[in-house]
Amino acid sequence: MNIIVCLKQVPDTESQIKIGSDSKSVVTDDIKWVMNPYDEFGVEEALRLKEKHGGEVTVVGLGPKRVTESIRTALAMGADKGILITDDALDGSDSLANAKAIAAAVKDLEYDLIFTGQRGVDDDMGVVGATVAELLGIPQISLIVKLEAAEDGKSVKVERPIEGETLVIESTLPALVTAQKGLNEPRYASLPGIMKAKKKPLEEKSLADLGLDSAGFGEGARKLKILELTPPPARDAGKIIEGETPQEKAANLAKLLHEEAKVL
Amino acid sequence: MAQGVWTIAEQREGEIRKITYELVSEGRRLADALGQELTVVLLGSNVKDKAAEFGNYGADKVLVADDPRLETYTTDAYVSVISQLVKANEPGILILGASVQGKDLSARLAASLDVAMAQDCTAFAIEDGNLVATRPIYAGKAYAKVTFENSWPQMAAARPKVMSISEPDTSKSAEVMDAAFTLDDGDLKTKVVDVAKDESGKVDLTEADKIVSGGRGMKGPENYKILEDLADLIGASVGASRSAVDAGWRPHSDQVGQTGKVVSPNLYVACGISGAIQHLAGMSTSKVIVAINKDEDAPIFQKADYGVVADLFDVVPALTEEVKKYL
Repeated sequence: MNIIVCLKQVPDTESQIKIGSDSKSVVTDDIKWVMNPYDEFGVEEALRLKEKHGGEVTVVGLGPKRVTESIRTALAMGADKGILITDDALDGSDSLANAKAIAAAVKDLEYDLIFTGQRGVDDDMGVVGATVAELLGIPQISLIVKLEAAEDGKSVKVERPIEGETLVIESTLPALVTAQKGLNEPRYASLPGIMKAKKKPLEEKSLADLGLDSAGFGEGARKLKILELTPPPARDAGKIIEGETPQEKAANLAKLLHEEAKVL
Repeated sequence: MAQGVWTIAEQREGEIRKITYELVSEGRRLADALGQELTVVLLGSNVKDKAAEFGNYGADKVLVADDPRLETYTTDAYVSVISQLVKANEPGILILGASVQGKDLSARLAASLDVAMAQDCTAFAIEDGNLVATRPIYAGKAYAKVTFENSWPQMAAARPKVMSISEPDTSKSAEVMDAAFTLDDGDLKTKVVDVAKDESGKVDLTEADKIVSGGRGMKGPENYKILEDLADLIGASVGASRSAVDAGWRPHSDQVGQTGKVVSPNLYVACGISGAIQHLAGMSTSKVIVAINKDEDAPIFQKADYGVVADLFDVVPALTEEVKKYL
């Protein structure tokens, strides 16, 4: 079973986000970059499938050169090879354009299954996976927490929680699935794994290498225009509930929730 | 020229989901700002009798796609049908819900129409005849105001529980029309083979009106009983912080935060949650936030409307008793 995992590098979730002086971008100077947490679940699941069914796991990343680190992390976890789509012209592209570049890099590879994270924890869009699937003409199942591949490698059965229920969905392969927390616990890269990763193939591809015209990418080609970034709306300073004892505080809180906030 | 506002209704087992009324109400406001018509698109099986009622919330027309193969949502069938309808009718604006179903649908539909889409928006406006959407990014650590360029229809999905539902006007009903579409069984690659209902009977966190949430300060899984008692009484769902989930105290589906669920209840009660930035990101659009923590320096107090500095093991059971007076 040949599997592709799409990977994005994002600011660590503990990062503070500062808005740049242009009001349209975030300041990236002090950011610690990590593999998108949802993509890690994809890498782990791909490795488990490989261990069970054989085949090869290819990691496809997109972004500046620093994304190499995250691809190496996936290789150190056990993936076989990596592709980094990197091109200055990609800078500032929207999700739609990024997905087009990923689909172009993937379309000539051999694959049965493609993983993406359910969303990047930066833009929180969650559209790249679906767009790649559409461009490749394969079905998608999003937000999965369990996956079983048929012995013949021709179909998968997945679990997808929705509000108040969990759907069990079967799909033919090839297909694209997006990983949700709960799918697995990603392994840590071992020291021998890290050593081996240094020798695994990692290819860089530019837009030209993928046969794409750079005019369709970057800030200028965005279909979703950013007008302005702002800090989250400020919340008014709250009240600290008075009271001599916890019981008194609880009584005062209940009263305020009823009379003032009107939520009880 | 593309014209008119469309919203996509959401039903499950023939019952219209609440997000639909949020979308129709918001769609009406946008249509009024443009001076255009609002059309609701409803897909399902034997759902036509539910359609006229959308007029109460401001729909002018309802386009119904009724087919047994649309009874349960699947990405391929729904995208195929809606994509055909959009291409045939060319609406100017298309609004969906950012529910679990809507996020899946909107992402693939946008791709199939080759248009941009703004996911999980918390506000919409019309500026110079164009849709302007506001959406949290980095799970709400920043907000982006976005619009569309060379991208029709202008397409966005609204976060559940954020758009207000208009007072229904029962004197108004919508014109109901059958949608023309084709569905080829050969195109349907995915199939729902089973549905496991959540037996807790609790409302999903993303749809809950009230949430009582516990973090590391709960000290262990057995102590969530006191949160459940309070939650049962006030009709809340129970959530958890990442550290509580990572410790194995609560299931993944209960996690609130940047790598969990993003929630917007009317009341969020954070118990023993210090307020790590990635947790705050997931609940800061809650309308009223209560924090109960014995550490008065906990960052959660910066976000809380009401803070109680005390041991949660004393306060929560006392609160459970006190709220009985007001129920």
